[in-house]
Amino acid sequence: MKELDFETDFQNKIDSEIKIEPKDWMPESYRKTLIRQISQHAHSEIVGMLPEGNWITRAPSLKRKAILLAKVQDEAGHGLYLYSAAETLGISRDQMVSDLHSGKAKYSSIFNYPATSWADMGAVGWLVDGAAIMNQVALCRASYGPYARAMVRICKEESFHQRQGYDIMMKLCAGTAEQKQMAQDALNRWWWPSLMMFGPNDENSPNSAQSMKWRIKRFSNDDLRQKFVDATVEQAEILGIKIPDDNLKWNETKKGYDFSEIDWTEFNQVVAGNGPCNKQRLKARVDAWDKGAWVREAALAYAEKKAVAIKEKAVA
Amino acid sequence: MNNTEWPLWEVFIRSRQGLNHKHVGSLHAADQDMAIENARDVYTRRQEGVSIWVVESKHIVASDPAQGDSLFEPAANKIYRHPTFYQLPDAIKHM
Repeated sequence: MKELDFETDFQNKIDSEIKIEPKDWMPESYRKTLIRQISQHAHSEIVGMLPEGNWITRAPSLKRKAILLAKVQDEAGHGLYLYSAAETLGISRDQMVSDLHSGKAKYSSIFNYPATSWADMGAVGWLVDGAAIMNQVALCRASYGPYARAMVRICKEESFHQRQGYDIMMKLCAGTAEQKQMAQDALNRWWWPSLMMFGPNDENSPNSAQSMKWRIKRFSNDDLRQKFVDATVEQAEILGIKIPDDNLKWNETKKGYDFSEIDWTEFNQVVAGNGPCNKQRLKARVDAWDKGAWVREAALAYAEKKAVAIKEKAVA
Repeated sequence: MNNTEWPLWEVFIRSRQGLNHKHVGSLHAADQDMAIENARDVYTRRQEGVSIWVVESKHIVASDPAQGDSLFEPAANKIYRHPTFYQLPDAIKHM
């Protein structure tokens, strides 16, 4: 087959919802797009452990501590599912880690905001994981098999994350006036960054059309953002706290909520590395990697020594 | 970056007694014992399994998708291998 035939054959498969698997022919640009997207997604899970990991020792009860620990462990697991999905495309784990540390690869900007109170653990689970689920449910049907399978596993675990966050918010909102204020303050700080998680407006998202054609993406950024807002308004009402947007209003014609324009200057600043915690987050990752070097080397040396011993025993 | 990447392992999980092991994904580990332990932590946090197999990825031999036609096409025209190929008289209720 000629290159052009391969390409037609590939697109036909995609159009008839046949998954692409690692050894199948695929255009180089499809491979590159997936490596970029999956590795960034994996990095987001790993960096996403930092704001919450910070609160494990300060969780207000043993129950909350056990739950938060389980959640953060899940994030590590999600990172690992995704790294291994990306590796099926021919990039090594070390290369991905190196790209994160050099700043070449990005991760979700949301994790460059600080988690300053216990209520933030509630808001992060409720809003950040809630927004992530909107994206991830759609990705369960992505055209690349290993990515779609990793997303199915992740989605199964993610809804616990959102519910435990909402549970923290419910508890705070049913508490003292001061506790309810903590919940309101967390909502105020996390609302806009959560809406930014869906990425630029559709007209400023140049790669979306290609990703839709390849069925990596199923819904546009703005559609997913709208779905998230529509789902979340009622949840805030039940908590009895107010979403920080005076223009938030039901629109009967579109059967959805209207809301204010996002502050894209802030979004671009955080993406460019100038958010409140960008340097701190990256430093934590680089330090962990550097300080863990001797462990990785020692484990490998031990494995080699054991393998030699087994071989010698077999010969004797 | 120093060259100490741990080998890659493929993980297979038996979800319960009576079912076969099924491929669930892969992970890095220095040796086979660590591969089992990591697989336990990564792939069975919610009781997804009662047994784990790990095999180093480099030992997997896979068929080539480009030769899929010549490998699998010969089975396509042998419909007489399926019971539905055979017409039974109406009088026979079960066979």
